[in-house]
Amino acid sequence: MSPRGLTRALRGRGARLAALALLSGFALAWSTPLLWMLNASMRDMPFGARDAASLLPDFKPSLAHFSDAWTQGDFAQWYLNTLIVTLGILAVQLVTITLAGYAFARLEFRGKTIVFYLFLLQLTLAAPILIVPNTLMVVRLGLYDSLPGVMAPYFASAFGVFLMRQTFKTIPRDFEEAAILDGASFLQMIRLVLVPLARPGMIAFAIVSVTSHWNEFLWPLMVTDSPGKMVLTVGLTSFVRSAEQAADWGLVAAATLLVAGPLLLAFALFQRQFVNSFLFTGIK
Amino acid sequence: MRRRSPAFLAAWLLAPSLFLLFLFTYVPILQALMQAVTLEGFGGKFTGYGLGNFHKLFADAGFWKAVSNNAVYGIGTVAPSIALAVVLGVALQEATRLNAVIRTVIVFPVVLPLVAVATLFAFVLMPGVGLLDYHLAELGIAGANWLGSPDTALYAIIGLSIWKNAGYYMLFVLAGLAGIAPELHEAAKLDGAGALTRFRRITLPLLKPTLAFVLVIALINVVTQVDHVIVLTGGGPSDSTNILLNYIFQAAHQQGDTGRAAAATIVSVAGLLALSVASLRTLKSGMHYES
Repeated sequence: MSPRGLTRALRGRGARLAALALLSGFALAWSTPLLWMLNASMRDMPFGARDAASLLPDFKPSLAHFSDAWTQGDFAQWYLNTLIVTLGILAVQLVTITLAGYAFARLEFRGKTIVFYLFLLQLTLAAPILIVPNTLMVVRLGLYDSLPGVMAPYFASAFGVFLMRQTFKTIPRDFEEAAILDGASFLQMIRLVLVPLARPGMIAFAIVSVTSHWNEFLWPLMVTDSPGKMVLTVGLTSFVRSAEQAADWGLVAAATLLVAGPLLLAFALFQRQFVNSFLFTGIK
Repeated sequence: MRRRSPAFLAAWLLAPSLFLLFLFTYVPILQALMQAVTLEGFGGKFTGYGLGNFHKLFADAGFWKAVSNNAVYGIGTVAPSIALAVVLGVALQEATRLNAVIRTVIVFPVVLPLVAVATLFAFVLMPGVGLLDYHLAELGIAGANWLGSPDTALYAIIGLSIWKNAGYYMLFVLAGLAGIAPELHEAAKLDGAGALTRFRRITLPLLKPTLAFVLVIALINVVTQVDHVIVLTGGGPSDSTNILLNYIFQAAHQQGDTGRAAAATIVSVAGLLALSVASLRTLKSGMHYES
């Protein structure tokens, strides 16, 4: 290599290393709130400690903050409520979006375009905007302050319908026709032939659905009242308010981790699936 | 099943979804419309129909404050987070192991509940002992009462939103970048184009449809995300962080003025609809560009 080529190569390498260092530094700074949460939740830290913001671990991790949070808050109830809400919504959604998705993917009927736009309307009007009239609807249906009231507005999902429509379109019709010829009823055909083949689309939808409803706050706050109906996010805010006033930051960090932990862990383990389904939200 | 017409089958398959959409989307929109034009006297007694709620809404300085806050919040979060998403996407494009780790770190806040982000940032932004001030002090920089002062509170909320959302937008940028043929860059390199020129002449134009799409999601987030405001500031201090959805929430939940809340809901719905019509157009022109 000529001397000039060598210096250019070295300079290129230097720039590369500098860029890497910059990026790593940025990522480190970006992750400090989460690193702090992890560290503070396991550090032995008294109320109002001056060095509460320290990112250095003590090397004698303790789970005391977690057990304090668990006994002081009603986390078992909140977990149960969040699980019921997220899984309940998902279960009903999977049925409604499979049926409607099939209609859009396979059937020709009059008014299809109009119905399509009717679904599109739900995509556009993201639920939070309609909290006020939706609350009235829930009250009128007698579902106020109940978990079904929290779930009901999400049972139909335009996003899910469009996703299933795309998914069904990638499946050849031959399978369905063969099943019908073999004497399967229409519902049997959907359940035994199409649903297994559409699993990738359903998993993508499930990840998006569970993530968004696990994390939802404003709607459950609006339509529930009694402590026994609180979901994790609502419980967290009421719990943290008093812990903050006591400057008990270890407790705040532990409680936050209890709420955010399951999804963070799931994301770390199934990153590729999460990323793919987030990109699916791109279809809307 | 052979005997049934496709229309009959379709009606049967669509019925559950349409019934639910009817209950929780169409009726609520009509209901909000009705409520917005229903006038109430003292004690919630019906007094007639009219545009009084809109007059009341438009005469309320708090409403205009919320609109302008929302505009500042929108520009302040959307532009930096998309810029950041593009820079990070380009920098982390190559699939090395280190890049994969950094990407993960950047995307972590995306799966966090917004309220959890808020409780974390309550400490991050704590005056004096908080994460930000504590480490700024190590660098010899004086901190501030970020959430407590009307001058900085909205910017603190903006910072939080950027941290929460930039990683999400980066995922789309990465997907868009993966769709650009590497030959284009190699050919330009042979022609002597530097990295910056290639970014401006190849990457950015080809990323345009992706960016148009990300812009739409980001704008929708600006109107629909409000949990952090409710948890951290409740719209204060002196209304400096009161954005539209928080205004609606307060009017309905705390002040019990459903007429005004409904009028504000209708205004927001109209805004969102206009936004999506406009975005459908940009998306179409984006596709046009691609083909």
